[in-house]
Amino acid sequence: MIETDIAIIGAGPVGLFAIFEAGLLKLRCHLIDYLPQPGGQLSEIYPKKPIYDIPGFPSVDAQDLIDNLMEQAKPFDPTFTLGERVEKLDKKGEADFELTTHMGTKIKAKVVVIAGGLGVFEPRKPKVAGLEDFENGKGVAYMVLDPEKYRDKKVIIAGGGDSALDWSIFLADVAKEVTLVHRSETFRAAPHSVNTAKKLAEEGKIDLILNSNITEISGGDMLEKATIVNTKTEESITKDVDNLIPLFGLSPKLGPIADWNLNIDKNAIEVNTDDYSTNIPGIYAIGDINTYKNKLKLILCGFHEAALMSHSAFKYINPDKKYTMKYTTVSGVSEF
Amino acid sequence: MSEIKIEIINAGEEATLMVPNDMGLNLMEFLKANDYQQIIGTCGGMALCASCHIRVLEVNPQLPEQSDDEFGILDSLPDVYDNSRLSCQIKLDDNLESIKIEVIGEVE
Repeated sequence: MIETDIAIIGAGPVGLFAIFEAGLLKLRCHLIDYLPQPGGQLSEIYPKKPIYDIPGFPSVDAQDLIDNLMEQAKPFDPTFTLGERVEKLDKKGEADFELTTHMGTKIKAKVVVIAGGLGVFEPRKPKVAGLEDFENGKGVAYMVLDPEKYRDKKVIIAGGGDSALDWSIFLADVAKEVTLVHRSETFRAAPHSVNTAKKLAEEGKIDLILNSNITEISGGDMLEKATIVNTKTEESITKDVDNLIPLFGLSPKLGPIADWNLNIDKNAIEVNTDDYSTNIPGIYAIGDINTYKNKLKLILCGFHEAALMSHSAFKYINPDKKYTMKYTTVSGVSEF
Repeated sequence: MSEIKIEIINAGEEATLMVPNDMGLNLMEFLKANDYQQIIGTCGGMALCASCHIRVLEVNPQLPEQSDDEFGILDSLPDVYDNSRLSCQIKLDDNLESIKIEVIGEVE
């Protein structure tokens, strides 16, 4: 069991800055994010894009901002659970919350801060008849967690982006058979990956099926067959398959947060602008995931919300302690 | 200033809206402002996320060609059509008179 003062759900820029603001008040933070790296959509979707409205930075690349926020948070020794989605949030007694991830990791915290941005980035699912019947270990997976699982298996990968190409190339040496099914005949992936995949196709190590979609999958307890239809000729073929990996990018969903009895309006959590607290005492929501009158979904607004939330969380955790705000210019940053 | 006529089909319901062509909006922003909730606009309009996917049914005059970025992102989706576009890449300016679209966005 991980124990912390503040559990922050979401490791995007606002969640990361909350570590710093909470740290100044000597509160420890543990962050949980479904993505495998901190940074949220900045690192996942547009790492190289410049951002122009961060105070003090005429222009800063999204990933550089994340790197700086990580550096700024470092003195306060934050801990992370990455690649896991918080599934359950329970109140344990008077003071503590217990969070459980989909992998079963448990985190005990005095305060919970939801900084989940647009929600959990979940894999996009193609329209394939029977797809959901073979999820959860029966052959269909939307990300590759352990490549060894595919050793000596017949694998079909669907998609035309970087991850589809890269995993086809990687698994060509692991799996018994790799088939890459892509709707068009062009790839948007990095040219080097495309060339490597084409070379492997020529060598017979990858079966490249272009201008085609998987329309149906079937089997008994486990996945056995996939029907692939050529979009131009409408010819269909059926292939034997052990594993299907559709890789069509990620899209944000509010996810389990919707079931935690928080007041929600249009996929955002309603908060009190005094301190960005939610309707449940001890739970706060900051950044793009909250909503209030005149809300602006800007990183800089999330930073402000993180500061006010931290002071309120301090009072919530320490109702009897007095605290006077100190400027970092006066007292510096004393690390944990 | 004149107005652009926007016909919208969303989950079987049709609506016709007018928008001034001098507000510097793109179609994604306009759809979001009108509470079309499947249009998420995760990346804010950079043609990076495909969460503002629409189909263009009719348009007058023709829209400019897709950029490579827009094509690439649409190509990464599981379901895409010949008339698929990212609404964030359609500018509501004086190059556009009317457009009829079907909202797709992020499908559950």
